[in-house]
Amino acid sequence: MEKIFDQICEALFSKLQEGEYLTVNFGGEKSQFIRVNSAKVRQTGLIDDADLSLELIHDNRVCHGSITVHEPFEVMKDEAVLELERMRLEVIQLPEDPFIVLPENAGSTKEIKSANGLPQVNAVDALLPAMDGVDLVGIWASGQIFRGNANSAGQKHWFETETFSLDYSIVTPDHKMVKGTYAGTDWDQAAYEANIADSRKKLEVMNRAKKKLDPGEYRTWFAPAAVSDFIDMFSWNGISEASVQQGNSALGKMRSEGQKLSPLFHLAEDFRSGLVPRFNGRGEVAPDFLPLIDSGELANTLVSSRTAKEYKKKSNFASDGEYMRSPVMNTGSLDEKDVLKELGTGLYLSNLHYLNWSDNTGGRITGLTRYACFWVENGEIQAPIETMRFDDTIYRFFGTELEAVGKAKVYLPNVLTYVGRELGGFSCPGILVKSFVLTL
Amino acid sequence: MNKINLHSLLSSIDISADWVGLREVRETTTTRFVRDGKPQANAKETTHGIMVEVLADGQFGYYGTNRMDSGSISDSAKKALKQAKSAAKYAIHTFTEDARPPFTGKYCSDYKIPMDAISPGELNQLLCEINNALKVSDKVISVNALARIVETTHHFVSSNGSDILQEFLLVTFDASATANEGPVFQTRTHGGLRGYSRQAGAEMFGDKEDILAVAKRIGEQSVELLTAEECPSGTMDIVLAPDQMMLQIHESVGHATEVDRILGDERNYAGWSFVKPDDFGKLQYGSQLMNITFDPTVTGQFASYGYDDGGLKAEKEYIVKDGILLRGLGGKESQIRSGMPGVANFRASSWNRAPIDRMANLNLEPGNSTFEEIISAVEKGVYMESNRSWSIDDYRNKFQFGCEYAKLVENGKLTKTVKNPNYRGISNPFWNSLKMVGNPDTFGMYGTPYCGKGEPNQTIRVGHASPVALFENVEVFGGA
Repeated sequence: MEKIFDQICEALFSKLQEGEYLTVNFGGEKSQFIRVNSAKVRQTGLIDDADLSLELIHDNRVCHGSITVHEPFEVMKDEAVLELERMRLEVIQLPEDPFIVLPENAGSTKEIKSANGLPQVNAVDALLPAMDGVDLVGIWASGQIFRGNANSAGQKHWFETETFSLDYSIVTPDHKMVKGTYAGTDWDQAAYEANIADSRKKLEVMNRAKKKLDPGEYRTWFAPAAVSDFIDMFSWNGISEASVQQGNSALGKMRSEGQKLSPLFHLAEDFRSGLVPRFNGRGEVAPDFLPLIDSGELANTLVSSRTAKEYKKKSNFASDGEYMRSPVMNTGSLDEKDVLKELGTGLYLSNLHYLNWSDNTGGRITGLTRYACFWVENGEIQAPIETMRFDDTIYRFFGTELEAVGKAKVYLPNVLTYVGRELGGFSCPGILVKSFVLTL
Repeated sequence: MNKINLHSLLSSIDISADWVGLREVRETTTTRFVRDGKPQANAKETTHGIMVEVLADGQFGYYGTNRMDSGSISDSAKKALKQAKSAAKYAIHTFTEDARPPFTGKYCSDYKIPMDAISPGELNQLLCEINNALKVSDKVISVNALARIVETTHHFVSSNGSDILQEFLLVTFDASATANEGPVFQTRTHGGLRGYSRQAGAEMFGDKEDILAVAKRIGEQSVELLTAEECPSGTMDIVLAPDQMMLQIHESVGHATEVDRILGDERNYAGWSFVKPDDFGKLQYGSQLMNITFDPTVTGQFASYGYDDGGLKAEKEYIVKDGILLRGLGGKESQIRSGMPGVANFRASSWNRAPIDRMANLNLEPGNSTFEEIISAVEKGVYMESNRSWSIDDYRNKFQFGCEYAKLVENGKLTKTVKNPNYRGISNPFWNSLKMVGNPDTFGMYGTPYCGKGEPNQTIRVGHASPVALFENVEVFGGA
């Protein structure tokens, strides 16, 4: 793939005319997907997909184009050159863009991670037997992922990795569910079977009758997966500098009104794990570590170079969408073994579902409990709870109501596959809050 | 453009399978976006590939590829066959080629003016003028306007004789204004959720005077909301405009009645459903005024088509009639697995995803009441427009929606504007509280490009049309 990328870039850059700047991005994957329902195969197949996207700048104007990567190479090369010619004709018709960021050469990078994954032809036989006897539903996704970026200033980045994930739910006959994920790079059959066996054990506590709760405020422990769902919302009209400037940020109050979260809350972009490329769509390399919220105070928003130019800020080389790419939340002091005791009486929420801002600029999020969520009394799990809706603000559960942060951090791989298989994930602990609002 | 001869590719495949299908998709999305008078995006993105599907030993296997020469397609079919055969002994259902009924035909979006009648420069100019019209005062701190044009060609051929060519032209137009005063921020858009999405051509941008008037109103309402009172809290009647009914239908009827969800395919992701297989033909889903149709044949609606991606011919069907749930949103595979009647809704987001049960156009049929009759029937309530927040549980029971704009209804009259309107409820009792349904004069046709579902994940276009509707005794509340 890298060779194809190099050749096509060479062909395109050689066609540039005076005053033209070109940036080329490559995204591709060779994936296997196996969809499972009731521990049986529902759908299975392979996907080979790769696209080149082009950004042409000329005379203070910019336009974008793209082509699908395919064979034979000569045909694709002709299509790429034709696309460049189309863009050349279009760009002159567009209004001037005062916030254009010209490509630069700040140094190239290359990172290729090979792995000893599960061979595609063996996948079904390796995965399915361990599911025997339970109602398991989920998705296996595996294979290579490619990202590339090059520009007419001579800079090039290449990132290639191979990963797998089985994201699944195990369901009891009366429809109670436990969530599990087994993900990594090198396949370990014994570790996989142990993961499934562990989830089966978790089902035992789900067999108790469900407790129906009334709306109201509850002392609550959020397990790391639930905390991760909240933090995901920061990437949607939250931590982006552009959204703060344009009045669509839940964190805007932290800038304009000096509002703070709890001193126990720390959030950062941390690329040191190397699981995602540090370069963005402009080929800019983000800092290894960037604190976002430090001791409850807004330390940095994510600022793309375009936003920086528009609002006269300093870029921290965020992506154009200014979403978090490698978020990490700091741990605290609450030991996992003490969670139930410290919770005392209240809710233990392992997962949340369908979160949305119910008042974006107010920082209020609504959503639902899902999977293994329990009612706890005097430090003992009593029963799973019926699904409840919540509606509460980040300024309460990450702010005034935050009592303790877990000592253990869990890495939650990103298993979404909308545009293609996502890279990376989120590292975070659980949190204990004094009060959390359930509404329905 | 590199033309692909699908029939020739199909005949070059030499494998021992019960059925083979090739589905070629070429889609070009052109996005033009202007914010605060400055261009933000002028992008044309193209994706092109072929989904090779093979049935062997009762199991489908697929290989989606953008390598479309005959050698690559033949190789893809062999790999898809291996996938099918290796999975067959664990198959959830043993299918035959009945799951892919043979049809031949064509479909083309109905439009008046081709999109190339407007140049990129002209469209940017219009979007800039819309930005100017949106900025009605200094209190409007950010404005934007979007035009997105999607040109798609689907060609499907199969070893049992299907040959279907479908060409789509889809347009989304949106305009947005955010106003600010002190700590208050309010955003108003053109229908919420990119709701002004249709199958159409350049005629969508033809009436400039009308478009600029719409933009001015959006800007004015964003400012109006700054000083509006907070939406009241309490149990009261709500009147929902068609652009909010879009979400209400989508989340609490559409997803709940998808047969693949009812069969459990989605339990690890989007969830299950409160609807059970034996509810069909019996469940009083809503009041007798509730008539929901699945109808991909509506001219101009966003998710209209002639055939689904399994090749099944699309027809209008009642999902709910006089309040009774009649049939589910299940394509041929779901119909075979469940033994229940369904619809032609087996759809994929592109060539690189396998089809699953999706909504297409799902509409609330008009009733008999005028808008004035509906408002005059409300003693205390809120009229709400344009979705801005949505959430519902994994069984499609407990929902909560928020809207951009609302007016109080007091003693049968629209009175004050209120901000941050929200309401919540439970799907089945909520639809049974449907008290009045507007006549065709209150009918609005919307759609959205952003319906997410499936594993691997897929985003697909859906259409929802509805009249204004009145629901009684709903829990209503305001902002943070």
